[in-house]
Amino acid sequence: MGPKRDASAFILPVARLDELFAALRSRGYACVGPTVRDAAIVYGDIEHSADLPRGWTDDHAPGSYRIKRRSDNAYFGYVVGPHAWKKYLFTPERRLWQLQRAGAKWERTDPPVEVQKYAFIGVRACEIAALQIQDRIFTGGQFVEPNYAATRREVFVVSVNCTQSASTCFCVSMDTGPEVRGGSDLTLTEILQPEHCFVVRADSERGDEVLASLDLDCARSEHSHAAAVGVDHARRQSRRLETAGLKDLLRRNSESPQWQDIASRCLSCANCTLACPTCFCSSVEDVSDLSGDHAERWQRWDSCFNPDFSYMHGGEVRRTTAARYRQWMTHKLSTWFDQFGSSGCVGCGRCISWCPVGIDITEEARKMREAEGVQS
Amino acid sequence: MGKPRLAVWKFASCDGCQLSLLDCEDELLAVAGAVEIAYFPEASSDMQPGPYDVSLVEGSITTAHDAERIREIRRQSGAVITIGACATAGGIQALRNFADVEEFTRAVYATPSFISTLDTSTPIADHIRVDFELRGCPINKHQLLETINAFINRRRPNIPAHSVCVECKRRGTVCVTVARGAACLGPVTHAGCGALCPSYDRGCFGCYGPKELANTESLAAWARDKLGVADKDIQRLHHNFNAWSEPFRSEGDRHG
Ligand code: SF4
Ligand code: SF4
Ligand code: SF4
Repeated sequence: MGPKRDASAFILPVARLDELFAALRSRGYACVGPTVRDAAIVYGDIEHSADLPRGWTDDHAPGSYRIKRRSDNAYFGYVVGPHAWKKYLFTPERRLWQLQRAGAKWERTDPPVEVQKYAFIGVRACEIAALQIQDRIFTGGQFVEPNYAATRREVFVVSVNCTQSASTCFCVSMDTGPEVRGGSDLTLTEILQPEHCFVVRADSERGDEVLASLDLDCARSEHSHAAAVGVDHARRQSRRLETAGLKDLLRRNSESPQWQDIASRCLSCANCTLACPTCFCSSVEDVSDLSGDHAERWQRWDSCFNPDFSYMHGGEVRRTTAARYRQWMTHKLSTWFDQFGSSGCVGCGRCISWCPVGIDITEEARKMREAEGVQS
Repeated sequence: MGKPRLAVWKFASCDGCQLSLLDCEDELLAVAGAVEIAYFPEASSDMQPGPYDVSLVEGSITTAHDAERIREIRRQSGAVITIGACATAGGIQALRNFADVEEFTRAVYATPSFISTLDTSTPIADHIRVDFELRGCPINKHQLLETINAFINRRRPNIPAHSVCVECKRRGTVCVTVARGAACLGPVTHAGCGALCPSYDRGCFGCYGPKELANTESLAAWARDKLGVADKDIQRLHHNFNAWSEPFRSEGDRHG
């Protein structure tokens, strides 16, 4: 192999992208990934490369998201959309068990642990960080969520290095991107020069095996260089979250008047938490049929912004929007460290784009810091 | 102990919510098996006298006679459950509360002197104690079954009080406000419809009325300043099926 070749990076020509999906399918994976639907790039079933958002990009601003045409045919020329991968692992609703009256006794049936073998196509670095956070939550402690664990174990991650950032991205501040560092099986970087193709690396044994089966040419240094330039381009982010001392800043400011100011704008609608790839809250609901002979327990996505979420004997613990926003932001950026050993935020910007009134967690953190500076 | 006795009452309304009960085709037999439907003129001419264990009340109070009638129903009923925007908020007909009713009657009826009506359309809870309010225009039949079921089985109904947005996110609907710039009342509206309109690319019209902590002021300011929605359209959105419910009422009043 000549000196100008990168022994670990290979070239997947655009015309052979479908071979990758075929290789994954033949190994029993259902491919899911980005696709254009309802004026957005969402995650759905991917049969062919034609299902991908080829030639589309996304514009983000607080409370605003628009897809638009690119001037080229990039497949992964967008950032992140409204969906997060959690919908496949921690599903929005799920029946936990059911009871049927049988004479004087009750018979309980638990639905079997369903394992769907997914290949996640186009996972971003910040999203891998989010998956790893949810792994710790659902599988890292004393109580393991069996459905999450079983599905997650099988996930084949085809990640994509970002070569551009949106105005809402701040993965650089959170040290989660834009480059994929681990947690991936195959990692692609899409480049448009010297020709439109993907620079591919295998990052696991599974990845090695699939990559070998594709029998690709090694990348040349121009390819690797173009990939590195792309990632560097994505590193230039205008949005920042100052993380130094952030944990303690929020801890100190639980009584800040700033929470009231946020509450005058916040709708307590829960969009931020449900769009967030790390938020993991759910509630369980028991239902019975009219005869009272059949009962079921359902688990559903819930949120600290919902009224019943903090309901205990005697009422809700968090009755005001100020208390709910404080809970959310303080958990994300401060108490998450105590609970799970990391920040709860990976800097994907979803909560900023998908807040219907554009509330921006980075801006609120900045104001909190600023207000404290003024006081002291 | 016999089966609980159910009564269904109608006040000023379109009958749509009562129809939701008849629309429960598959479950109707189960309902009939679990309760004795003692009074339901919309469905049966066999109208039995009270008392009743559970009364479902549809419609708003618009006449002096109805204001009396609802008190009698309260006296005869163990639990009173109001169903639909008319009964819980005064309904679309509460738009009269913002206008001159006499002028309407003169415009609409050949002999306005025959019309005997109150100046206002008001929710049932303004007149009597109500045990549970089931929202919606019309109500969701699954929620109606759940409510009846909960009362029969003496448990709290599983009727979540969160926003419509939660229903959008659970079903994976792309937000029409963020992705299309559409005015949507979802963030301030009580859930229940399953986020129907956004799933058809339309903003929420607020059929289920204001949710708790409904910050209509912030949402309306965003619609006007960032989405460019005209004040009169913001007013129309709020002054709809739940016009008389606060804070929709005063939010609508602020724009116009
Ligand atoms: S808090 Fe916001 S930016 Fe951070 S991970 Fe969640 S959605 Fe992304
Ligand atoms: S911050 Fe935005 S998305 Fe989150 S609850 Fe408040 S208004 Fe809704
Ligand atoms: S479409 Fe409307 S109801 Fe749905 S998330 Fe957006 S603002 Fe909320």
